[in-house]
Amino acid sequence: MTKKNDNGGPIVDRREALECMIWAGTGVLWTMSGGIPVSSLIGEAKAAETKGFSFLQVSDSHVGFDKPANPNALATLSDAVEKIKALAAKPAFMIHTGDITHLSKDKEFDDAAQVLKGAGLQGFYVPGEHDVIDEGTGKSYLGRYGTKDTKGAGWYSFDQNGVHFIGLVNVLNLKAGGLGNLGDEQLKWLEADLTGKAASTPIVVFAHVPLWTVYPEWGWGTDDGAKALTLLKPFGSVTVLNGHIHQIVQKVEGNMTFHTARSTAFPQPEPGKAPSPGPMKVPAEDLRKFLGLTTVSFVQGDKPLAIVDQTIAAM
Amino acid sequence: MRNDAKLVPHSGAGRAGVSRRRALAVSVALASAILAGFAMPARAEDAKAAAEPNTVDVHIDNFAFTPAELTIAPGTTVKWTNRDDIPHTVTEKLVAFKSKTMDTDETFTHTFDAAGEVTYFCSLHPHMTGKIIVKAP
Repeated sequence: MTKKNDNGGPIVDRREALECMIWAGTGVLWTMSGGIPVSSLIGEAKAAETKGFSFLQVSDSHVGFDKPANPNALATLSDAVEKIKALAAKPAFMIHTGDITHLSKDKEFDDAAQVLKGAGLQGFYVPGEHDVIDEGTGKSYLGRYGTKDTKGAGWYSFDQNGVHFIGLVNVLNLKAGGLGNLGDEQLKWLEADLTGKAASTPIVVFAHVPLWTVYPEWGWGTDDGAKALTLLKPFGSVTVLNGHIHQIVQKVEGNMTFHTARSTAFPQPEPGKAPSPGPMKVPAEDLRKFLGLTTVSFVQGDKPLAIVDQTIAAM
Repeated sequence: MRNDAKLVPHSGAGRAGVSRRRALAVSVALASAILAGFAMPARAEDAKAAAEPNTVDVHIDNFAFTPAELTIAPGTTVKWTNRDDIPHTVTEKLVAFKSKTMDTDETFTHTFDAAGEVTYFCSLHPHMTGKIIVKAP
Protein backbone atom coordinates (compact mmCIF):
# COMPACT_ATOMS: atom_id res chain seq x y z
CA MET A 1 0.00 0.00 0.00
CA THR A 2 2.83 2.37 0.74
CA LYS A 3 3.69 4.56 -2.20
CA LYS A 4 7.36 5.02 -2.83
CA ASN A 5 9.24 8.03 -4.10
CA ASP A 6 12.32 7.89 -6.31
CA ASN A 7 14.56 7.23 -3.37
CA GLY A 8 12.42 4.36 -2.19
CA GLY A 9 11.01 6.43 0.66
CA PRO A 10 7.30 6.80 1.28
CA ILE A 11 5.44 9.61 -0.43
CA VAL A 12 3.66 11.78 2.07
CA ASP A 13 1.20 14.31 0.76
CA ARG A 14 0.21 17.33 2.78
CA ARG A 15 -3.07 15.89 3.89
CA GLU A 16 -1.55 12.68 5.16
CA ALA A 17 1.15 14.62 6.88
CA LEU A 18 -1.34 16.81 8.67
CA GLU A 19 -3.54 13.91 9.63
CA CYS A 20 -0.84 11.65 10.84
CA MET A 21 1.91 14.06 11.78
CA ILE A 22 4.36 11.64 10.36
CA TRP A 23 7.78 11.91 11.76
CA ALA A 24 9.79 9.35 9.93
CA GLY A 25 12.52 7.68 11.88
CA THR A 26 14.48 4.54 11.28
CA GLY A 27 11.94 2.35 12.98
CA VAL A 28 8.35 1.41 12.57
CA LEU A 29 5.73 4.01 11.89
CA TRP A 30 2.32 3.46 13.41
CA THR A 31 -0.39 5.44 11.77
CA MET A 32 -3.95 5.47 12.95
CA SER A 33 -6.16 5.13 9.94
CA GLY A 34 -9.87 4.67 10.52
CA GLY A 35 -9.15 3.11 13.91
CA ILE A 36 -6.88 0.47 12.42
CA PRO A 37 -3.20 0.64 13.20
CA VAL A 38 -1.11 0.51 10.07
CA SER A 39 2.58 -0.08 10.31
CA SER A 40 5.21 0.52 7.71
CA LEU A 41 8.95 0.46 7.67
CA ILE A 42 10.52 3.82 7.26
CA GLY A 43 13.72 4.60 5.47
CA GLU A 44 15.21 8.02 5.68
CA ALA A 45 14.49 10.35 8.56
CA LYS A 46 12.54 13.45 7.70
CA ALA A 47 10.29 15.81 9.50
CA ALA A 48 6.83 16.46 8.22
CA GLU A 49 4.97 19.72 8.59
CA THR A 50 3.72 19.91 12.11
CA LYS A 51 0.84 21.62 13.73
CA GLY A 52 -0.19 20.67 17.22
CA PHE A 53 2.62 19.07 19.17
CA SER A 54 4.52 15.93 19.81
CA PHE A 55 6.13 14.44 22.87
CA LEU A 56 8.59 11.67 23.42
CA GLN A 57 8.39 8.44 25.37
CA VAL A 58 11.53 6.87 26.82
CA SER A 59 11.30 3.66 28.82
CA ASP A 60 13.11 0.95 30.72
CA SER A 61 16.59 2.45 30.80
CA HIS A 62 17.75 0.09 33.59
CA VAL A 63 20.79 2.22 34.33
CA GLY A 64 23.15 -0.01 36.32
CA PHE A 65 22.37 -3.16 34.34
CA ASP A 66 25.65 -4.73 33.23
CA LYS A 67 24.84 -8.32 32.30
CA PRO A 68 25.60 -9.94 28.90
CA ALA A 69 22.38 -8.72 27.24
CA ASN A 70 23.82 -5.18 27.56
CA PRO A 71 27.01 -4.62 29.55
CA ASN A 72 26.49 -0.85 29.54
CA ALA A 73 22.90 0.35 29.82
CA LEU A 74 24.10 3.91 30.43
CA ALA A 75 25.84 3.95 27.03
CA THR A 76 22.70 2.89 25.17
CA LEU A 77 20.70 5.52 27.08
CA SER A 78 23.28 8.06 25.93
CA ASP A 79 22.78 6.87 22.35
CA ALA A 80 19.04 7.33 22.79
CA VAL A 81 19.61 10.88 24.03
CA GLU A 82 21.75 11.59 20.97
CA LYS A 83 18.82 10.43 18.83
CA ILE A 84 16.53 12.78 20.74
CA LYS A 85 18.87 15.70 20.18
CA ALA A 86 18.94 14.91 16.46
CA LEU A 87 15.14 14.93 16.06
CA ALA A 88 14.15 17.37 13.35
CA ALA A 89 11.04 18.47 15.24
CA LYS A 90 11.78 19.10 18.89
CA PRO A 91 9.23 17.34 21.12
CA ALA A 92 7.38 19.47 23.68
CA PHE A 93 8.59 17.24 26.53
CA MET A 94 9.56 13.72 27.44
CA ILE A 95 7.85 11.09 29.51
CA HIS A 96 9.76 8.18 31.01
CA THR A 97 7.63 5.13 31.73
CA GLY A 98 9.78 3.66 34.45
CA ASP A 99 12.70 1.38 35.26
CA ILE A 100 14.95 4.39 35.01
CA THR A 101 17.40 2.40 37.14
CA HIS A 102 18.06 -1.29 37.56
CA LEU A 103 18.44 -1.47 41.35
CA SER A 104 17.25 1.94 42.66
CA LYS A 105 20.79 2.84 43.72
CA ASP A 106 21.66 6.50 44.21
CA LYS A 107 24.44 6.33 41.65
CA GLU A 108 22.10 4.78 39.09
CA PHE A 109 19.54 7.54 39.63
CA ASP A 110 22.31 10.15 39.42
CA ASP A 111 23.80 8.71 36.24
CA ALA A 112 20.41 8.39 34.56
CA ALA A 113 19.44 11.96 35.47
CA GLN A 114 22.77 13.29 34.20
CA VAL A 115 22.40 11.58 30.80
CA LEU A 116 18.68 12.34 30.39
CA LYS A 117 19.34 15.99 31.16
CA GLY A 118 21.33 16.06 27.94
CA ALA A 119 18.10 15.67 25.95
CA GLY A 120 17.21 19.22 26.90
CA LEU A 121 13.56 18.33 27.46
CA GLN A 122 11.34 18.65 30.46
CA GLY A 123 10.78 15.16 31.83
CA PHE A 124 7.73 13.53 33.39
CA TYR A 125 8.36 10.25 35.16
CA VAL A 126 6.59 7.29 36.67
CA PRO A 127 8.47 4.54 38.53
CA GLY A 128 8.99 0.96 37.41
CA GLU A 129 9.40 -1.88 39.89
CA HIS A 130 13.17 -1.49 39.57
CA ASP A 131 12.91 2.13 40.80
CA VAL A 132 11.27 1.27 44.11
CA ILE A 133 13.56 -1.42 45.52
CA ASP A 134 15.49 0.89 47.82
CA GLU A 135 15.06 0.25 51.53
CA GLY A 136 12.33 2.86 51.71
CA THR A 137 10.35 1.11 48.92
CA GLY A 138 10.23 4.09 46.60
CA LYS A 139 11.32 6.89 48.96
CA SER A 140 14.46 7.39 46.91
CA TYR A 141 12.45 7.74 43.69
CA LEU A 142 9.94 10.12 45.30
CA GLY A 143 12.76 12.19 46.77
CA ARG A 144 14.04 12.79 43.25
CA TYR A 145 10.90 12.87 41.14
CA GLY A 146 8.17 13.81 43.57
CA THR A 147 6.87 17.37 43.26
CA LYS A 148 4.14 19.34 44.98
CA ASP A 149 1.79 17.88 42.36
CA THR A 150 2.58 14.21 42.88
CA LYS A 151 0.26 12.19 45.06
CA GLY A 152 0.74 8.92 46.93
CA ALA A 153 3.58 6.86 45.48
CA GLY A 154 4.11 9.39 42.68
CA TRP A 155 0.97 9.69 40.55
CA TYR A 156 -0.13 13.03 39.07
CA SER A 157 -1.72 14.71 36.09
CA PHE A 158 -1.02 17.77 33.97
CA ASP A 159 -2.37 19.51 30.91
CA GLN A 160 -0.54 20.40 27.75
CA ASN A 161 -2.05 21.93 24.59
CA GLY A 162 -5.53 20.80 25.59
CA VAL A 163 -4.43 17.21 26.23
CA HIS A 164 -4.80 15.82 29.74
CA PHE A 165 -1.84 13.66 30.80
CA ILE A 166 -2.06 11.22 33.70
CA GLY A 167 0.95 9.43 35.18
CA LEU A 168 0.03 6.35 37.24
CA VAL A 169 2.03 4.07 39.54
CA ASN A 170 1.28 0.35 39.31
CA VAL A 171 4.42 -1.25 40.74
CA LEU A 172 3.79 -1.14 44.49
CA ASN A 173 1.92 -3.32 46.99
CA LEU A 174 1.85 -6.19 44.54
CA LYS A 175 0.02 -9.31 45.69
CA ALA A 176 1.25 -12.92 45.54
CA GLY A 177 0.18 -14.47 42.26
CA GLY A 178 -1.03 -11.11 40.96
CA LEU A 179 -0.06 -8.54 38.36
CA GLY A 180 0.57 -4.79 38.49
CA ASN A 181 -1.47 -2.87 41.05
CA LEU A 182 -2.92 0.65 41.19
CA GLY A 183 -4.79 0.37 44.49
CA ASP A 184 -7.98 1.97 45.72
CA GLU A 185 -6.41 5.25 46.81
CA GLN A 186 -5.03 5.91 43.34
CA LEU A 187 -8.23 4.83 41.59
CA LYS A 188 -10.21 7.20 43.81
CA TRP A 189 -7.82 9.98 42.91
CA LEU A 190 -8.15 9.14 39.21
CA GLU A 191 -11.93 9.29 39.40
CA ALA A 192 -11.74 12.71 41.06
CA ASP A 193 -9.12 13.87 38.56
CA LEU A 194 -11.39 13.03 35.62
CA THR A 195 -14.53 14.48 37.16
CA GLY A 196 -15.74 17.51 35.25
CA LYS A 197 -13.52 16.93 32.23
CA ALA A 198 -15.28 17.18 28.89
CA ALA A 199 -15.56 13.86 27.05
CA SER A 200 -13.83 15.52 24.12
CA THR A 201 -10.65 16.09 26.13
CA PRO A 202 -7.90 13.90 24.68
CA ILE A 203 -6.37 11.80 27.45
CA VAL A 204 -2.93 10.24 27.61
CA VAL A 205 -2.35 7.80 30.46
CA PHE A 206 1.12 6.50 31.15
CA ALA A 207 2.34 3.91 33.63
CA HIS A 208 5.11 1.35 33.78
CA VAL A 209 3.37 -2.03 33.66
CA PRO A 210 0.78 -2.35 30.88
CA LEU A 211 -2.64 -1.32 32.18
CA TRP A 212 -4.16 -3.89 29.85
CA THR A 213 -3.47 -7.59 29.99
CA VAL A 214 -0.73 -8.44 27.53
CA TYR A 215 0.43 -11.78 28.96
CA PRO A 216 -0.55 -12.63 32.53
CA GLU A 217 1.68 -15.74 32.58
CA TRP A 218 4.62 -13.35 32.69
CA GLY A 219 2.89 -10.77 34.85
CA TRP A 220 2.35 -8.40 31.94
CA GLY A 221 -0.82 -6.69 33.04
CA THR A 222 -2.41 -4.78 35.92
CA ASP A 223 -4.90 -6.46 38.27
CA ASP A 224 -7.09 -3.40 38.68
CA GLY A 225 -6.18 -1.82 35.33
CA ALA A 226 -9.69 -2.51 34.05
CA LYS A 227 -11.10 -0.25 36.78
CA ALA A 228 -8.97 2.62 35.51
CA LEU A 229 -9.97 1.93 31.91
CA THR A 230 -13.65 1.94 32.89
CA LEU A 231 -13.18 5.44 34.33
CA LEU A 232 -11.60 6.49 31.01
CA LYS A 233 -14.26 4.97 28.79
CA PRO A 234 -16.43 8.09 28.46
CA PHE A 235 -13.59 9.96 26.77
CA GLY A 236 -13.39 10.21 23.01
CA SER A 237 -9.65 9.77 22.66
CA VAL A 238 -7.57 7.83 25.16
CA THR A 239 -3.98 6.81 24.57
CA VAL A 240 -2.39 4.39 27.05
CA LEU A 241 1.40 4.28 27.01
CA ASN A 242 3.34 1.68 28.96
CA GLY A 243 6.78 0.11 29.22
CA HIS A 244 7.94 -2.89 31.23
CA ILE A 245 7.89 -5.47 28.42
CA HIS A 246 10.78 -4.00 26.37
CA GLN A 247 9.04 -4.39 23.02
CA ILE A 248 6.29 -2.81 20.98
CA VAL A 249 2.81 -4.18 21.38
CA GLN A 250 -0.17 -2.20 20.21
CA LYS A 251 -3.90 -2.64 20.44
CA VAL A 252 -6.87 -0.47 19.57
CA GLU A 253 -10.15 -0.94 21.39
CA GLY A 254 -12.95 1.53 20.76
CA ASN A 255 -11.58 4.98 21.51
CA MET A 256 -8.54 3.61 23.29
CA THR A 257 -5.12 3.06 21.82
CA PHE A 258 -2.70 0.93 23.83
CA HIS A 259 0.98 1.02 23.12
CA THR A 260 4.11 -0.28 24.81
CA ALA A 261 7.56 1.15 24.13
CA ARG A 262 10.93 -0.43 23.55
CA SER A 263 13.59 -0.28 26.24
CA THR A 264 16.77 1.72 25.94
CA ALA A 265 18.66 -1.11 27.70
CA PHE A 266 17.81 -4.61 26.47
CA PRO A 267 15.03 -6.41 24.62
CA GLN A 268 12.73 -9.01 26.13
CA PRO A 269 11.27 -11.98 24.25
CA GLU A 270 7.84 -12.03 22.69
CA PRO A 271 5.18 -13.39 25.06
CA GLY A 272 5.58 -17.12 25.52
CA LYS A 273 8.42 -17.39 23.01
CA ALA A 274 11.07 -18.09 25.67
CA PRO A 275 11.19 -19.89 29.02
CA SER A 276 10.98 -16.54 30.84
CA PRO A 277 10.64 -12.80 30.27
CA GLY A 278 14.31 -12.30 31.17
CA PRO A 279 16.67 -10.19 29.04
CA MET A 280 16.93 -11.40 25.45
CA LYS A 281 20.51 -11.79 24.34
CA VAL A 282 21.17 -10.64 20.81
CA PRO A 283 24.50 -10.20 18.99
CA ALA A 284 26.22 -7.06 20.31
CA GLU A 285 26.23 -5.44 16.87
CA ASP A 286 22.45 -5.87 16.65
CA LEU A 287 21.54 -4.71 20.17
CA ARG A 288 20.68 -1.15 19.20
CA LYS A 289 18.21 -2.38 16.60
CA PHE A 290 16.14 -3.74 19.49
CA LEU A 291 16.26 -0.56 21.58
CA GLY A 292 14.32 2.58 20.91
CA LEU A 293 12.20 5.62 21.52
CA THR A 294 8.61 6.52 20.82
CA THR A 295 7.30 9.80 19.51
CA VAL A 296 3.61 10.61 19.83
CA SER A 297 2.09 13.44 17.81
CA PHE A 298 -1.29 15.07 18.12
CA VAL A 299 -3.30 17.05 15.64
CA GLN A 300 -5.63 19.32 17.44
CA GLY A 301 -9.28 18.99 16.59
CA ASP A 302 -8.62 15.81 14.69
CA LYS A 303 -8.98 12.24 15.83
CA PRO A 304 -5.96 10.46 14.37
CA LEU A 305 -2.69 10.53 16.20
CA ALA A 306 0.60 9.06 15.23
CA ILE A 307 2.80 6.95 17.40
CA VAL A 308 6.22 6.50 15.91
CA ASP A 309 8.77 4.08 17.21
CA GLN A 310 12.39 4.55 16.37
CA THR A 311 15.34 2.32 17.17
CA ILE A 312 18.57 3.82 18.42
CA ALA A 313 20.65 1.95 15.83
CA ALA A 314 22.91 4.10 13.70
CA MET A 315 21.30 5.05 10.39
CA MET B 1 10.49 -17.15 62.77
CA ARG B 2 13.81 -15.54 62.28
CA ASN B 3 14.16 -13.19 59.42
CA ASP B 4 17.86 -13.36 59.00
CA ALA B 5 18.65 -17.02 59.30
CA LYS B 6 22.05 -16.71 57.77
CA LEU B 7 23.40 -16.52 61.32
CA VAL B 8 22.76 -20.14 62.27
CA PRO B 9 20.12 -22.58 61.13
CA HIS B 10 18.34 -24.58 63.79
CA SER B 11 19.20 -28.18 64.06
CA GLY B 12 16.36 -30.28 62.76
CA ALA B 13 14.19 -32.61 64.81
CA GLY B 14 15.49 -36.15 64.80
CA ARG B 15 19.09 -35.19 64.11
CA ALA B 16 21.89 -36.78 66.06
CA GLY B 17 22.74 -35.14 69.38
CA VAL B 18 26.23 -34.36 68.17
CA SER B 19 24.92 -32.32 65.30
CA ARG B 20 22.56 -30.48 67.62
CA ARG B 21 25.34 -29.76 70.08
CA ARG B 22 27.62 -28.60 67.32
CA ALA B 23 24.97 -26.32 65.92
CA LEU B 24 24.42 -24.93 69.38
CA ALA B 25 28.13 -24.38 69.86
CA VAL B 26 28.40 -22.58 66.52
CA SER B 27 25.37 -20.57 67.48
CA VAL B 28 26.93 -19.48 70.75
CA ALA B 29 30.24 -18.70 69.09
CA LEU B 30 28.59 -16.67 66.38
CA ALA B 31 26.39 -14.83 68.84
CA SER B 32 29.47 -13.90 70.87
CA ALA B 33 31.27 -12.78 67.74
CA ILE B 34 28.36 -10.55 66.85
CA LEU B 35 28.06 -9.23 70.39
CA ALA B 36 31.73 -8.42 70.25
CA GLY B 37 31.15 -6.62 66.99
CA PHE B 38 32.94 -9.11 64.73
CA ALA B 39 30.38 -9.87 62.07
CA MET B 40 31.58 -12.55 59.70
CA PRO B 41 31.72 -11.75 56.00
CA ALA B 42 28.42 -12.65 54.33
CA ARG B 43 30.10 -14.92 51.80
CA ALA B 44 31.68 -17.11 54.45
CA GLU B 45 28.34 -17.42 56.20
CA ASP B 46 26.64 -18.38 52.98
CA ALA B 47 29.21 -21.09 52.41
CA LYS B 48 28.62 -22.34 55.93
CA ALA B 49 24.86 -22.37 55.41
CA ALA B 50 25.23 -24.36 52.22
CA ALA B 51 27.39 -26.89 54.00
CA GLU B 52 24.91 -27.28 56.86
CA PRO B 53 22.96 -30.51 56.55
CA ASN B 54 19.87 -28.69 57.68
CA THR B 55 19.72 -26.26 54.80
CA VAL B 56 17.72 -26.85 51.66
CA ASP B 57 18.26 -24.92 48.44
CA VAL B 58 15.67 -23.22 46.28
CA HIS B 59 16.93 -21.73 43.05
CA ILE B 60 15.46 -18.86 41.10
CA ASP B 61 15.81 -19.58 37.40
CA ASN B 62 13.83 -18.10 34.53
CA PHE B 63 11.48 -16.15 36.82
CA ALA B 64 10.51 -19.26 38.77
CA PHE B 65 11.24 -20.75 42.18
CA THR B 66 12.59 -24.29 41.82
CA PRO B 67 11.26 -26.37 43.42
CA ALA B 68 8.08 -24.33 43.56
CA GLU B 69 6.81 -26.48 46.40
CA LEU B 70 9.06 -27.83 49.10
CA THR B 71 8.31 -29.94 52.17
CA ILE B 72 10.71 -29.58 55.09
CA ALA B 73 10.93 -30.51 58.76
CA PRO B 74 10.51 -27.78 61.37
CA GLY B 75 13.79 -26.02 62.05
CA THR B 76 15.04 -26.38 58.49
CA THR B 77 16.65 -23.43 56.80
CA VAL B 78 15.81 -22.66 53.19
CA LYS B 79 18.38 -20.87 51.11
CA TRP B 80 17.25 -19.12 47.96
CA THR B 81 19.77 -18.24 45.26
CA ASN B 82 18.89 -15.91 42.41
CA ARG B 83 20.41 -17.26 39.22
CA ASP B 84 18.57 -14.84 36.91
CA ASP B 85 19.98 -11.70 35.30
CA ILE B 86 17.12 -9.78 36.89
CA PRO B 87 16.69 -9.02 40.61
CA HIS B 88 14.06 -10.85 42.61
CA THR B 89 12.80 -11.01 46.19
CA VAL B 90 11.44 -13.70 48.47
CA THR B 91 8.42 -12.24 50.24
CA GLU B 92 5.95 -14.07 52.45
CA LYS B 93 2.38 -13.65 51.15
CA LEU B 94 1.44 -11.27 53.99
CA VAL B 95 5.00 -9.93 54.26
CA ALA B 96 5.68 -11.81 57.52
CA PHE B 97 9.22 -11.95 56.20
CA LYS B 98 10.88 -10.42 53.16
CA SER B 99 14.34 -10.63 51.66
CA LYS B 100 16.22 -7.64 50.44
CA THR B 101 16.30 -7.39 46.67
CA MET B 102 18.60 -10.15 45.46
CA ASP B 103 20.63 -9.37 42.39
CA THR B 104 22.27 -12.11 40.34
CA ASP B 105 23.84 -14.85 42.51
CA GLU B 106 22.74 -13.22 45.75
CA THR B 107 21.10 -15.37 48.39
CA PHE B 108 18.56 -15.20 51.18
CA THR B 109 18.01 -17.70 53.95
CA HIS B 110 15.12 -18.19 56.31
CA THR B 111 14.54 -20.82 58.99
CA PHE B 112 11.11 -22.32 59.37
CA ASP B 113 10.44 -23.35 62.98
CA ALA B 114 6.67 -23.72 63.05
CA ALA B 115 4.72 -26.41 61.24
CA GLY B 116 2.36 -25.16 58.55
CA GLU B 117 2.23 -23.91 54.99
CA VAL B 118 3.99 -20.75 53.92
CA THR B 119 3.23 -19.16 50.56
CA TYR B 120 5.73 -16.66 49.25
CA PHE B 121 6.26 -14.67 46.07
CA CYS B 122 8.60 -12.21 44.38
CA SER B 123 7.37 -8.75 45.26
CA LEU B 124 8.79 -7.42 41.97
CA HIS B 125 7.29 -10.14 39.78
CA PRO B 126 4.30 -11.35 41.79
CA HIS B 127 3.37 -14.03 39.28
CA MET B 128 6.38 -15.88 40.73
CA THR B 129 5.09 -17.86 43.72
CA GLY B 130 6.34 -20.72 45.84
CA LYS B 131 5.24 -22.75 48.81
CA ILE B 132 7.07 -24.21 51.79
CA ILE B 133 5.27 -26.98 53.69
CA VAL B 134 6.70 -27.36 57.17
CA LYS B 135 5.80 -30.63 58.89
CA ALA B 136 7.49 -33.12 61.16
CA PRO B 137 8.68 -36.17 59.23
